[in-house]
Amino acid sequence: MPMVTASMPLTYRLTEEQQLLRDAVRVIADERVAPRAAAIDKTGEFPHDLRDLLAEQDILALPFPVEFGGLGGELLTICLAIEQLSRACATTGLILAVQELASLPLLMAGTDEQKARWIPKLASGEHLIAFAVTEAEAGSDVAAIRTRAVRDGDDYVITGAKRFISHGSVADLITVFAVTDGSPGPAASRRRHLSCFIVEVPTPGFDVARLEHKMGLRGSPTAELAFDGVRVPAANRIGHEGDGFELAMKTFDRSRPGIAAQAVGIAQGALDVASAYAGDRRQFGKRIGDFQMIAAMLADMDAATESARQLLYKACVEIEAGAPDAGRWSAMCKLVAGDTAMRVTTDAVQVLGGYGYIDEYPVERMMRDAKITQLYEGTQQIQRLVIARALLGKGD
Amino acid sequence: MRIVVLIKPVPDPASAGERLGPDGRLDRAAVPAVVNGNDEYALEAALKLIEAAGDGEVTLLAMAPTNAPETLRKALAMGATRGVHVTDPALAGSCAVSTATVLATALGDLEFDLLLAGIDSSDGVGGIVPAAIAAHLGLPFLSYATRIEPDMTTRTVRVRRISATGYDLLEAPMPVVIGCTQALGEPRYPSLKGIMAARGKEIVTRSLADLGLDGATLGGAAATTTILGSRMPPPRAATEVVRGTPDEGAARIVDFLVERRLI
Repeated sequence: MPMVTASMPLTYRLTEEQQLLRDAVRVIADERVAPRAAAIDKTGEFPHDLRDLLAEQDILALPFPVEFGGLGGELLTICLAIEQLSRACATTGLILAVQELASLPLLMAGTDEQKARWIPKLASGEHLIAFAVTEAEAGSDVAAIRTRAVRDGDDYVITGAKRFISHGSVADLITVFAVTDGSPGPAASRRRHLSCFIVEVPTPGFDVARLEHKMGLRGSPTAELAFDGVRVPAANRIGHEGDGFELAMKTFDRSRPGIAAQAVGIAQGALDVASAYAGDRRQFGKRIGDFQMIAAMLADMDAATESARQLLYKACVEIEAGAPDAGRWSAMCKLVAGDTAMRVTTDAVQVLGGYGYIDEYPVERMMRDAKITQLYEGTQQIQRLVIARALLGKGD
Repeated sequence: MRIVVLIKPVPDPASAGERLGPDGRLDRAAVPAVVNGNDEYALEAALKLIEAAGDGEVTLLAMAPTNAPETLRKALAMGATRGVHVTDPALAGSCAVSTATVLATALGDLEFDLLLAGIDSSDGVGGIVPAAIAAHLGLPFLSYATRIEPDMTTRTVRVRRISATGYDLLEAPMPVVIGCTQALGEPRYPSLKGIMAARGKEIVTRSLADLGLDGATLGGAAATTTILGSRMPPPRAATEVVRGTPDEGAARIVDFLVERRLI
């Protein structure tokens, strides 16, 4: 089985292998994903056809180890793919990002038996997996989770509700975080009361309570999930009882770059449209790009996008190398990329003027899609908190 | 089943940077290369035949400058087994006659049942190399194929050839040279696993000396055709846009065609 080599690039450039994979995904994004993006946004329907395409082309195999049918892609390689897909359609980029995010607890803390059980079908794309931490009253404050998993013989019985779960209605597996020790206590022990489970759905007691109507990312179903006495075998617990909180935090250290990659892709997509438009649209007898005010906007958009991209790539390499401040790198790249995507897409709408505000051009969709990258996997405020704590030496 | 597919690296049509040097030769270093479009259709047809047969191998054969392996890897990533790359400084500026001679000689070392070639290339657009190779090797040439049906028990192949009114059904004994068209079906995207696998696949390099050929009688030094000059096509006349209801539009278009005696 061919594999993506795990060696770090020796130079400050992408390896030949990374360039080849990126270019292959770019072609698919341009030829197959981009033509679908407007309809996905308009209908709000999950693009099953594109999920199948990503599976056929082994793009969904990127995050998984070779021994379980994956490609063993480095974090940077995975992010290159998310970036290219998101440049055409952020909803499609999120298919890979969530597949990686929700598999991380299993990949980091699962036993070989658990990996052999679930990963092959995730790598082939036959199964999708969702990540269920967030609850109505537990957003930024992950430790405030109320969903409970009560031990009953060889099983756990899960009861509670999860909200804002990407792919929650289309996933075959759900990585669920729940309280296994509800005893109230000081903050330190609040960190030891969560555990992580893989729930295979459909299963009795599990229900998709509703789907959200969102500003952007409309083809990506965001579900409220109800767990009413859902029974899962203890063999479905990932890691030890009480490891959940730490596992969730470690997951975010590695998953936030995926969202940064989505943000960089969205920004690049908007910049591409805006620069093409400015080179084509004529007013007062010349191309609008020849007016200095427009030219300066385009230059700033390009420089900002490239800055966000470079921070992302560097963060990926540092995190992959096991940097002790992985959380800081992860938070910084998401913070910068998310804000960049919002600003660049807003400016792209400005460059297109009235045409940018209507759905004849894709930039209004990109602007709506960009907003979520400042919100999920930790708001920008949480990213700043993580960075500031690293600076001030409060490493939690 | 053993299939050889001819692959020509051509300037990327999307780059729009294709240009001739002062010697009238295409400056191949100036633009990124891609696999010739029709060759991709030929390769797709070859891969489908192998998959349908359940076994077999596809060998790529290219005559191209030294950087061709980069392009050949993309074809290997689609699923071909190996590549053979004929390259020699003396081959720069080759005419179709030289190209066919060199490729026919290189084919002498390869065993094959089918030789598939794109019906023409997007750079030279001569469209005679496949036929010339068939003539060199004394093999049947089935051109403009839209469907290829090999029968390994009788060692024959049937091909549907595009005709003015539909198609002709041709049959020939193997080995055979087939000129492939886009009607054979869309080429696949290489999968990421295919791309990774292609990095380990063999590409054999052969020089003119390896083939026992003499650079003085082939290639640019012995070209039978010369480029006298080249120029951009004249800009198109202004486009006339017909507006109005469908009926008005249809009437206007009919008048337009009648005025020009086109209908």
